[in-house]
Amino acid sequence: MEVAAKLSILADAAKYDASCSSSGAKGRRGGAKGLGSTEGTGICHSYTPDGRCVSLLKVLLTNYCIYDCQYCINRRSSDVRRARFKVDELVALVLDFYRRNYIEGLFLSSGIIRTPDYTMEQLIAVAKTLRREHGFAGYIHLKTIPDASPELLDEAGRWADRLSINVELPTQENLDRLAPEKQLVQITGAMGRMKERIAEAKADAAPRRTLPRFAPAGQSTQMIVGATEATDTTILHTASELYRGPELRRVYYSGFSPIPDAAAGLPLIATPLVREHRLYQADWLMRFYGFEARELTTPKAPNLDLGLDPKTSWALRNRERFPVDLNLADREELLRIPGLGTRNVKRILAARRWHRIRLADLARMRVPLKRALPFIITDDHRPRLLNPDALDLRDRIAPKGSQTDLFETAFAALHGEL
Amino acid sequence: MRRTSIEPTFQGWREAARGLLAAGVEPRDVLWDEAEGEQPGLDLVDDAPAAAVQATARVPRAFMALAEAAACHSDAERWAILYRVLWRLKHGEPRLMEVAMDPDVHRMLAMEKAVRRDVHKTKAFVRFRAVEGEEGTHYVAWFEPEHHTLERTAPFFAERFASMRWSILTPRRCAHWDGSALWFSEGVPRSAAPSADALEDLWRTYYASIFNPARMKPRAMKSEMPLKYWRNLPEAELIQPLMRDAPARVRRMIEEQSKARPPE
Repeated sequence: MEVAAKLSILADAAKYDASCSSSGAKGRRGGAKGLGSTEGTGICHSYTPDGRCVSLLKVLLTNYCIYDCQYCINRRSSDVRRARFKVDELVALVLDFYRRNYIEGLFLSSGIIRTPDYTMEQLIAVAKTLRREHGFAGYIHLKTIPDASPELLDEAGRWADRLSINVELPTQENLDRLAPEKQLVQITGAMGRMKERIAEAKADAAPRRTLPRFAPAGQSTQMIVGATEATDTTILHTASELYRGPELRRVYYSGFSPIPDAAAGLPLIATPLVREHRLYQADWLMRFYGFEARELTTPKAPNLDLGLDPKTSWALRNRERFPVDLNLADREELLRIPGLGTRNVKRILAARRWHRIRLADLARMRVPLKRALPFIITDDHRPRLLNPDALDLRDRIAPKGSQTDLFETAFAALHGEL
Repeated sequence: MRRTSIEPTFQGWREAARGLLAAGVEPRDVLWDEAEGEQPGLDLVDDAPAAAVQATARVPRAFMALAEAAACHSDAERWAILYRVLWRLKHGEPRLMEVAMDPDVHRMLAMEKAVRRDVHKTKAFVRFRAVEGEEGTHYVAWFEPEHHTLERTAPFFAERFASMRWSILTPRRCAHWDGSALWFSEGVPRSAAPSADALEDLWRTYYASIFNPARMKPRAMKSEMPLKYWRNLPEAELIQPLMRDAPARVRRMIEEQSKARPPE
């Protein structure tokens, strides 16, 4: 089979993995003989009409697989075309694409062939060849296989910037049903081991090296949303545990979408993209705004409100904490104001030592006033106290039509401004 | 009104601004004029004594970094804004840079942001095409930056592609790297750049395969990859056909999936 045909099959097979990021690696360059560099923040080299960025060459080494995960297009019982890259073919492809500035590097995953160890060895061979024989200093993200031996996982970390293992589903019960070969304990166990290695390497890493020491960009994972009836409460709780325990850098949420030749246990309709979007917003609130997972949903409403961003939802449930005076409140209080992002909070804190904050200032900083006004006090604005009985408040500030809102706020979510 | 003619670079502005500041010329009395390629029009400008010109105006580091970036913006008003902020810093508002919502500071920040974005998009969307020659492979790209940013971006490419020979051609300036030194030359027309690379078919194969037709978010795509870049991206010709065919592809998947199921 020609390389183009393999590429077509093995990229198609990899596209259900939402992770694309090439960030988190420290500054690094390949030097006069090598090729490539990394910066702290990754670069998105293109975008496809699904709104996702193309940063890394994201492919599987092979889509043959001995596992039979129901949600996966590559499961053993699926009727898709199969292919397998030779190590050298893939290495050449990465270098050719990289030299033309199409990509930041490689995101390599694979179906499980023969044994987990054998598969892991093949993935390592690609990364090692790029690093050692070609002095490749670009970004490498390796998918690790939790069932592979610990020594192999350690070696993967020596060549990669980022490692990931997908938990895919938030509970063992969900996994038992759709991914019978996967064990949550084994996955989190492998993540915990990686966390130790990463911490060790960080402790004695020299700055600005040619090649990474041990997964400097940390670990990430993905959860599929909407393939089972798991609620957002469950999903956010699992995510929060993964941030806290094995200290993952990113959890990706991938709204379930129909796949060719799908298994019978799966829903027939796609998860609304807005649900995935709300989960990302909630995720930002946990990572950068000091929110706990348990604050974001309630027992009565275990899923996030699709029509309203999770921060505004939270504020409406906690009206007694508002309005907040922008000229007096501390950082933690400011971060909880709907419409106020981390960058603007920082700016307000710096400026108000010399300057009284007024509404015109907020307008200039593009704070969405319609959303923020009921919750703030400035020198020229004092809203009536938020009466818990003012039931129409949600209607007044919620955007009309959730689809418009999705697009309006997609940019905001990307930049973490909520 | 004082007409001040400068070479349109940060250096050119800085020299003139020092003189004006030392001579106590208020911002509203300066008319900034760009003299591309000429020496700063000293005869037109400066009757300030040389010693005053030498005197370094001490300003916050935040201002210098921001001003250097804003100077690359294509807005002709940038020189006046920079001078107004400089003036205010030296006349009673030394902490002005910390007031991000001040109208002048805000404009500087907005220009810096636009320049940063332009630099970032250059790093992202430059596409090299391999040209074989006597000295080996030369990688050549055509790009159209929105601001005067090529000098800011080129060192990134020199670092990343240190072992390659490359050129980035733009209408205003061109950057070249020969494996050891970075240099610049005059701008060229688009026709000076190579029009294809054999590898682009493979790249388009990848682009088409990684797209998921079951999720369409064209506005998210366009906000990050605005239309103005499309004409220099080899993969962009696929965007329309992929979007057109997506609904039918999804319909087929769902039909096949429901056929394969036993009736409930």
